[in-house]
Amino acid sequence: MTDKNENQLFHHALRLGDDALILGQRLSEWCGHAPMLEVDLALANIGLDLIGQATHFLNLAGEIEGEGRDADALAFHRDVLDFRNCLLVEQPNGDFAQTIARQFLFSNWQELLMQEIAAAPEPRLSAIGAKAAKEIAYHAKFAGEWVVRLGDGTEESRARMIAGLDWMWRFVDELFDARDGAPSHRPEWDARIAHALAEANLELPKPRRGAMGGRAGHHSEHLGHLLAEMQFLQRAYPGATW
Amino acid sequence: MTNKASSSEAVGQTKANWPLWEVFVRAKNGLSHKHAGSVHAADARMAIEAARDVYTRRMEGVSLWVVPSSAIVASDPKETADLFAPAEDKVYRHPTFYTIPEGVKNI
Repeated sequence: MTDKNENQLFHHALRLGDDALILGQRLSEWCGHAPMLEVDLALANIGLDLIGQATHFLNLAGEIEGEGRDADALAFHRDVLDFRNCLLVEQPNGDFAQTIARQFLFSNWQELLMQEIAAAPEPRLSAIGAKAAKEIAYHAKFAGEWVVRLGDGTEESRARMIAGLDWMWRFVDELFDARDGAPSHRPEWDARIAHALAEANLELPKPRRGAMGGRAGHHSEHLGHLLAEMQFLQRAYPGATW
Repeated sequence: MTNKASSSEAVGQTKANWPLWEVFVRAKNGLSHKHAGSVHAADARMAIEAARDVYTRRMEGVSLWVVPSSAIVASDPKETADLFAPAEDKVYRHPTFYTIPEGVKNI
């Protein structure tokens, strides 16, 4: 494999790993605080699935880079400018509806992406993709069903669901960055989203200018705070293990 | 912001809208579903997913049953003596007069 290909693969694995890592960290913030026990477990399980995927992708990235960095080194010792996650996953949890909005938009996209990656020629990548696709199918289903329950629920749940989708909508365009071959998934993603929203009796959020920059390390203020919490222990006690 | 219901009204609504479901998990094909616990959920689909998230995290099973707790009729503890004592001394009801072949575990 040429150096250029290796470099592209490294950055691709980094993007995939960072998306999963940051969203996993966000979901872990719900642990012990969710509206009910069953939801607490569901969100924590989804978070764990994502962190598992991040471990695989970041380990692969470290392997390709060949400088001795493993998933832990990449996760806990990079600063904001070196993270390559999309802006959507670093958005704050807000209320349950906002969290569901973020999960709904992200997991439907991630599922389509992973199905493609599972068929990729690079075997190390496709193995991770195949396993991840099964987990993500459940995440997307879970989030979609909650969008319907909240959207087609009470006045309050509907208002919150609309507000949540409104917050997250301008981070959608960045998901379909040409670099990852993602634009080809846009029509199917649009169809899935439209279908769920129709079932939920909700309108599609108004189109707006998409916020960009996550893939180049230009993140919102949220990421710095998130990393401060996530990385504190490893930075304070480098190399600490359980 | 909508008017918040008084707290006892809210609790009543919650109980009505989120009934209790009993969860039964089948560990593997051929065995029976065993009672694993309960979940609160607003509808059957949510109950299945909650049961999956709460009771099959560690590959405990391959099949789930969820039943609204209100559908379960239990024997009255006061009737335990009437219902179950007569069976205590009826040796002829037990299949003890032949040996079970080795290796047959789940009869």
